Amino acid sequence: MPIKTAPDFSWIKPDPHGIFVGPCNAWIDPSKPVETALVTHGHADHARGGHGAVFATRETLAIMNLRYGGAGREVTVSMREPVELGCGVTATYFPAGHVLGSAQILLEHAGERVIVTGDYKRRPDPTCEPFEVVPCDIFITEATFGLPVFKHPPIVGEMQKLLDARAQRPEGCVAVGAYALGKAQRVICELRRAGYHEPIYLHGALEKMCALYEELGVPLGELRSATGIKKEELKGQIVLCPPSALNDRWSRRLPDPVTAMASGWMRVRQRARQRNVELPLVISDHCDWDELTQTIRDVDPAETWVTHGREEALLRWCQLNQRRARALAMVGYEDEDD
Amino acid sequence: MRAFANLVDRLTYTRSRNAKLDLIADYLRTTPDPDRGWALAALTGALDFPAVKSSTIRTLLTERVDPVLYALSRDYVGDTAETASLLWPAPEGASPVDEPMLEPSLAEVVDLLRAMTRSSVMKELPGLLDRLDANGRYALLKFATGAMRIGVSARLARVAFAQAFDVPVDEVEEYWHGVEPPYPTLFAWAADCAEPPRTDLVPLFRPFMLAHPLEETVVSMDDYAAEWKWDGIRVQLVHVNGETRVYSRSGDDISATFPELAEALDFPVVLDGELLVRGAHQGGEEGGAASFNALQQRLGRKTVSKKMLREAPAFIRLYDVLIRDGEDLRGLGWAERREHLELLMDRLNPERFDLSRLIEAKSFEDLAAIREGARDDAIEGVMLKRRDSPYIAGRKVGLWYKWKRDPLLIDCVLMYAQRGSGKRSSFYSDFTFGCWDGDPDEGADLLPVGKAYFGFTDDELKWLDRHVRQNTVNRFGPVRETDKSLVLEVAFDSVHESKRHKSGLAMRFPRINRIRQDKPAHEADRIEALKALVRD
Ligand SMILES: [Zn+2]
Ligand SMILES: [Zn+2]
Repeated sequence: MPIKTAPDFSWIKPDPHGIFVGPCNAWIDPSKPVETALVTHGHADHARGGHGAVFATRETLAIMNLRYGGAGREVTVSMREPVELGCGVTATYFPAGHVLGSAQILLEHAGERVIVTGDYKRRPDPTCEPFEVVPCDIFITEATFGLPVFKHPPIVGEMQKLLDARAQRPEGCVAVGAYALGKAQRVICELRRAGYHEPIYLHGALEKMCALYEELGVPLGELRSATGIKKEELKGQIVLCPPSALNDRWSRRLPDPVTAMASGWMRVRQRARQRNVELPLVISDHCDWDELTQTIRDVDPAETWVTHGREEALLRWCQLNQRRARALAMVGYEDEDD
Repeated sequence: MRAFANLVDRLTYTRSRNAKLDLIADYLRTTPDPDRGWALAALTGALDFPAVKSSTIRTLLTERVDPVLYALSRDYVGDTAETASLLWPAPEGASPVDEPMLEPSLAEVVDLLRAMTRSSVMKELPGLLDRLDANGRYALLKFATGAMRIGVSARLARVAFAQAFDVPVDEVEEYWHGVEPPYPTLFAWAADCAEPPRTDLVPLFRPFMLAHPLEETVVSMDDYAAEWKWDGIRVQLVHVNGETRVYSRSGDDISATFPELAEALDFPVVLDGELLVRGAHQGGEEGGAASFNALQQRLGRKTVSKKMLREAPAFIRLYDVLIRDGEDLRGLGWAERREHLELLMDRLNPERFDLSRLIEAKSFEDLAAIREGARDDAIEGVMLKRRDSPYIAGRKVGLWYKWKRDPLLIDCVLMYAQRGSGKRSSFYSDFTFGCWDGDPDEGADLLPVGKAYFGFTDDELKWLDRHVRQNTVNRFGPVRETDKSLVLEVAFDSVHESKRHKSGLAMRFPRINRIRQDKPAHEADRIEALKALVRD
């Protein structure tokens, strides 16, 4: 009988429903209710209700509470502070730069290090802590925008497009579709940085999340509800709403709106046209192709596992660059609205 | 180039016709010569760069990008030019975004593209692409391969030109065929009040005078003359300076397709008539005509065989004369022009020309009875022309009417196509078509009025399938949205009011009666025309 000496990582198991950490019976971002869940961030495809215990950052727990009204037994995890999960497994959270409170989770067991990124990006974002490069053996990454055609342009230019469109339409308004958690607040912060200090109007579905961001220390300037406002008052204004509201009856209340959407998918014309977008704003909270490949270089793991997205292309890149990689074929993770 | 690339980008995302017109007009007003002229040429499809092909772009790219990554990207994006514009690797050193000095003008781009040959293109095109950002590359590759497909027809671009400089669109149409890109004389006339481009030395197309559907109108035969509406294609024959051209309804030069007609004139004249093919299918009076199907065999060919000329010779049944021996007759009344036309017949070869016979009807009721009794397939209906009507481009109310006969027919524009099922699953064979909800030149939009998946022959289906694939502007799963350039004559049994449809109308048993390649989309019927056929 040969004796196994090389690291085998058998303690960590990718399952279609999440990453399972065997020795301590815990799951990362599980898509089904479990006893113990480690949650990277508050997006619905990663954070779900119904778990026994949830380990997450203070901000992620607050977001889950807002969305699900109680996340089970809550264990607040601080960035960079190891948590013992039992049976020799330690988890340490590091900033992922994706949305407020988002973390990558470093798992350590028997001297082996595995990182689960959840979602992440490398671009600066005024609403959250930047991604940190943490060395590891196995790097488990997403690949939402894992095709070389995805290159997110500098956000300053996209903000200028938005401000120009507003200036061109004193009698109309610009309706910006933006994901309610993260994207909306980032767009608001970037508008403020670009020198725009007018009130920004919000669809009802964004109001609570924006208020929570402010409570958690992210100032957003003057925000007003677009609900119950006269058409007249919205002329010349910027109105934020969830993407689904753009082509919905809701938009009838707006005066002659230009339909804008803030999303990484807007890079591809056909995708923008399919969604009836007139002003595509290429703004994403995920890595683009160059960020993904640069991150793999920076982290330089022995092996890269890809959870979801366009994994085929990223695997090909790893192959071309002599890096070991595999696809996990996980289900239920896809940010259509990012 | 940046302004043009921005225009292309904005047009891609703009759906309303009015907004498109505004964008183009604004660009034409604010862009200097000759760039705006080249842009107009690009939008109207007047530019051709045979050295640059889709395959050229593919080859260039696979030399620079891993073929697997290219294939995955192309699959995802769905368009070679767009994939290339996004994947093109940034050149070493400064990016064009930071150095606007590097950015070429549209005129320079056109010059460089025109100078490229099949053997030099692989060497020269990359240098040009390196000087542009992704938007610029997209615009360049789209117009270099002659596939703009941004929902702008040549007609729309000309309407925008007229709007930009506040000149009549009919005059633009008239001068259009006498000028070449980048149209310096056309811009000088429209923008700077210079003399209009000369039109007397070139065989120019003059926009047709068109008829309204008669619907419920009743006219007096004292004021109106009646003639048959023949089932061919309306053409204009122009002879000037020893050259003859045959123009279709949309102003396309189809002289090469009908050389026997181009040879048949030898004096300066502009004639309006119905192009037909000799045959026995339709009894007719002197000289029968073949079915429309036989004529269709000859349409769209660049060269014509001797056999075709022998077996299906074309001739023209004349309706009108616009200009004769250099004298413009368009200001005269129809009756006077008709006299001139009758006098002309002696100078014309009877093998190639005959005169559209007038219908002798004492009263409108009399005419209705004659129309009902007409059993000839060649007859589409009756035309009514006001005896004192001058020849005016376009469709002016009250001058000319068309009174089509049953079955109910309407000219629609193809909007969407969907793959069929069973043995048709590889074809786009289910067609959704629409009518205009007002005057398309005033910014009306198309509203879908029905769907049909039969009525065409197998050959026509193949043709339609190819048209759909080559003119797709958008995809939604199995459905393709076309560029709305193709007119379909739809036959149907009846039409009813319906709350379930956006147009408020539902057709019974619609079928594709005929493909109207000869008819420009903006001349398709309006919703009112269909509404007038409701008999509930
Ligand atoms: Zn996320
Ligand atoms: Zn996600």
